[in-house]
Amino acid sequence: MAEIKNYTINFGPQHPAAHGVLRLVLELDGEVVERADPHIGLLHRATEKLAEHKTFLQSVPYMDRLDYVSMMVNEHAYVMAIEKLAGIEVPVRAQYIRVMFDEITRILNHLLWLGASGIDLGAMTMFFYTFREREDLLDVYEAVSGARMHASYYRPGGVYRDLPDSMSHYQPSKYHNAAAVKKMNENRQGSVLDFLEDFTNRFPKCVDEYETLLTDNRIWKQRTVGIGVVTPERALALGFTGPMLRGSGIAWDLRKKRPYEVYDRMDFDIPVGVEGDCYDRYLVRVEEMRQSNRIIKQCIDWLRNNPGPVMTVDYKFAPPKREAMKQNMEELIHHFKLFTEGMHVPAGEIYSSVEHPKGEFGIYLVSDGANKPYRMKIRAPGFAHLSSLDEMTRGHMIADVVAIIGTQDIVFGEVDR
Amino acid sequence: MAADLSILHEDLTGLFGDKLVSLEQRLGELTVVVRAADMLEVLGRLRDEPKLRFEQMVDLCGMDYLAYGSDVSEAGAYLRDDDAPVDKSMLPFRFAVVYHLLSVAHNARLRVRVFAEEDDFPVLSSVADIWPCANWYEREAFDLFGIVFTGHPDLRRILTDYGFVGNPFRKDFPLSGHVEMRYDPAQQRVVYQPVSIEPREVTPRIVREESYAISKGRNHG
Repeated sequence: MAEIKNYTINFGPQHPAAHGVLRLVLELDGEVVERADPHIGLLHRATEKLAEHKTFLQSVPYMDRLDYVSMMVNEHAYVMAIEKLAGIEVPVRAQYIRVMFDEITRILNHLLWLGASGIDLGAMTMFFYTFREREDLLDVYEAVSGARMHASYYRPGGVYRDLPDSMSHYQPSKYHNAAAVKKMNENRQGSVLDFLEDFTNRFPKCVDEYETLLTDNRIWKQRTVGIGVVTPERALALGFTGPMLRGSGIAWDLRKKRPYEVYDRMDFDIPVGVEGDCYDRYLVRVEEMRQSNRIIKQCIDWLRNNPGPVMTVDYKFAPPKREAMKQNMEELIHHFKLFTEGMHVPAGEIYSSVEHPKGEFGIYLVSDGANKPYRMKIRAPGFAHLSSLDEMTRGHMIADVVAIIGTQDIVFGEVDR
Repeated sequence: MAADLSILHEDLTGLFGDKLVSLEQRLGELTVVVRAADMLEVLGRLRDEPKLRFEQMVDLCGMDYLAYGSDVSEAGAYLRDDDAPVDKSMLPFRFAVVYHLLSVAHNARLRVRVFAEEDDFPVLSSVADIWPCANWYEREAFDLFGIVFTGHPDLRRILTDYGFVGNPFRKDFPLSGHVEMRYDPAQQRVVYQPVSIEPREVTPRIVREESYAISKGRNHG
C-alpha cells in the first residue's frame, strides 16, 4: 500500500469563495483539514497610518472603504470617537437618522452575506433575490449622500444634510418603455421616508421568501448544521463579537448593553443561537434583518413628526451655513480655518465602539491636541473572527472551509485595513 | 455608568494596590498603567477574579509615542520635538501596548497600558495564553511597530508583504515608505527600487495650546 502523507494546498488569494483576497495554506489529510494558516494583508492599505497624516475630517471617506459592505456604520464609530473626545453634542434628529442608516446598513450587509454565502454553498437563487432588495436600499444611500456605497454621510457633529424630500426616478430607455417606467416609479413619488416606508412594508415578505428557500432546505442544512461549532466560552476567548458570539448563545449586543445614540428608545429583540454552528448563525442573521426592519419603521415615524437641525452649530467642528458665511466675518474665518487647518480635537484618548453588522467595530483614537489624530486604531470584528479559522476548520472537510469562511462574514477591507 | 466605574475603580485599587502605576478615569473610561514585569500576573487576574472577569480582550494596539505633541516632520515622517508642551512623566518610554478589555459578565470595560521599557528593542510578554485572540493582534503589533512578544507561539509578520523590511507604523517611518515595486519588462519580473515620489504634506500638522478646541458654544454672530 502506498504511503499516505499530509498534503498542503494553497487556497486563494484569487478564489471566488474566499470573499476577497484571502490566501489560505491548508494542510490536509486526504480531504480532512489538519491545519489552516490564513495569510492576510493582501489588501493592507495602512488606513491607520494614512489617518495620522490627514485632518480629522479627511479620514471620514476612508472609513467607508474599510468594511465596504457596511459603509455608514464604520463612519459612525469614527465620528462618535471624535464627538466623545471633543464633547460635541449631536442633535437628536441626526441621532435618529444615524440609527436608521445603521440599520439600513445592517440589512445591506446581511443581504450581501446571505446572497454570497448562498452561492458558496450552491444556492444560486439567493443572490438574485437579495440583490433585488439591496438595490432599493442603495438608492436610499444615493438619495441622501449622492453615492451608492461610499457615502461619507456621517460627520463629526451630525450628518451631512437632512433627508431629501424626493427620490430619483427611472427614465424610459430601450430596455424599459414609458409604461414600465411608470410602474417602476410608483413608490418613488414621495420623499425618501415614503420610499423607505414602502420598503419596510415589503421587506418582511422578502425575508419569508429567503427562508422558504433555505431554512428547511435539505442541502442547506446538510452543509451548515453541525459545521464550525463554537462553544460560548471559546467564542469569548477567541474575541468573537456580533452574530458570531450571539450564534453561540451569548446575548451580547452593544445596542442593548451599552446603548449609543437613541437605541435606548428603540423596541427590538436580540436573537441568539443554541448550538453555535453555521446554521444557527444563519438564523441569527436572518432574524436580525427582521429586527432592523422594525427599528427602521420606528425611526421613520419619529423623523416624520420631528423636524429639526441635523448638524451641531459648534463652528469649531461643523461648517457654518453658506449664507451666514457670505455675510459674516466670523463665520467666514470659521469656515476657512475648518477647511484649511481642520478641527483640533483636545488631547486625550477614547475607545468608541458600535454594533457593526459583523460584530464590535471600534475606533481607538489618541489625540495630542493637533489637527490630525496622533494614532487611530481600528478594531475590526473580522480580524478576530478570521484568526479563529484554524480552530474552526480543524477536522472538517475541505468543502466545509468554504462554509466556515462564509459564516464568518469576512470582508478584507476591514481585516487588512 | 459613572457609578459602575467608581466601583470598578475601588475594586481595582483593592485587588492590585501598588501593582498599578496609575489609574485614571476620564470621559467615562478607566485606564490603568501596569509595569511590564507585572503584566502577566495582573492581566491574568483581571480575567479570573470573580469581581472583574474580563473574559474578552477586545483589542490590542501598539503605540509609538515618539512624536507625541510634536509638529516637527521631515520627509513624510513625524519626529520628536523636545519642546513639545507634553507631560513627559506620563510617557516614560517610546513604545507601549494598549489592551482594551471587556467583561461580558459585568458589562464593564477597561483599558490597560503597558510600556516596553527598552526604546531600542521593545519587548513585552505575550498574553496569548490568557486570551487566545491576542495571537494575531500581537503579530500585528510586531509587524507594524517591531514590538517583540516573548512566549508568543508563532510571531510572524502578518499585514505587510512577504520580505518587507522595517516597521511601517513607527512614527519615524515615512508615509510613502522606502521602496516601490514595478514590473520590469527587461528582466520580465517584478522588481523593487527606492521610492521615486517626493514626500509632501498638504496640510501641516499643528499643535495648539490646550484650550484651543474647548468650544464656548454659540459664540458667533
